[in-house]
Amino acid sequence: MPTVEVSFTPLPAHVRTARLVATAVARRSGVDEALLDEVRLAVGEACSRAVEAHRLYCPAEPVRIALTDSAGRFEVEVTDAGAAGGAGLAGAADDAGQDSGRDLAGSAAGGAAAGPVPGGSQGLDHGLGLAVIAGLADDVQISETAGGVRIRMSWPAVGLQH
Amino acid sequence: MALEEFVDLKLDHHTKDGIEVVDVEGEIDVYTAPRLRELLIELVNNGFYQLVVNMEKVEFLDSTGLGVLVGGLKRVRAHDGSLDLVCTQERILKIFRITGLTKVFGIHDTVDEAITARKAEK
Repeated sequence: MPTVEVSFTPLPAHVRTARLVATAVARRSGVDEALLDEVRLAVGEACSRAVEAHRLYCPAEPVRIALTDSAGRFEVEVTDAGAAGGAGLAGAADDAGQDSGRDLAGSAAGGAAAGPVPGGSQGLDHGLGLAVIAGLADDVQISETAGGVRIRMSWPAVGLQH
Repeated sequence: MALEEFVDLKLDHHTKDGIEVVDVEGEIDVYTAPRLRELLIELVNNGFYQLVVNMEKVEFLDSTGLGVLVGGLKRVRAHDGSLDLVCTQERILKIFRITGLTKVFGIHDTVDEAITARKAEK
């Protein structure tokens, strides 16, 4: 059972709220202060790509986040329903938008620490955001589900603070 | 900070030594990045091809923001221009390192240093 669950209408404005909630729960779960920026950024990236997938394929469906604190880990699960419209990992959001300049960014991606994204696409073509997540999260699993894509990330936590 | 005082993204720009300096304050994410994109496009359309983006007051930057900066760089390069960054915050620099974009952008500690470096390359 997640400690906190959040679902929100797929609007870019709500991604900031999701980041703030995730960071607050991570802090309460005992995630080291030095890691909170990573949590904030990784959750933001996961929610951003989910919002883009929903806006393209299922704008009426909310994006869901589950934040769990257990067994010394703080786990975040972001689930989207993008596959309902055929998005999946192959259709992951073009994070760089219309202005990506892939030739420039692509040359840099070769040296990116992120490397291949487990279970799906790699490099910038299918989401700079996924590469950032892979580079940030202590532990990350990206998988396709029947309804869309699920991103699971976790960081060490010392335990619930009351 | 009171809630009503929260500013998600504040943009300003001025000319210094012939280079257009863009001051960015706040958070650059999927919600606010389009405003930065519009400003960079506007500057290029108005003939400003030497840009320095001052990110010293940026509190948050995600891949959407990176994409906008890369897009801006691509646009100015099409006119033989440049787009340099000013940033000393470790949490912001980290995302440039993770994505390998430190090799693409000139990243400097101060606006003056960025301008001096740019002029020296001419």
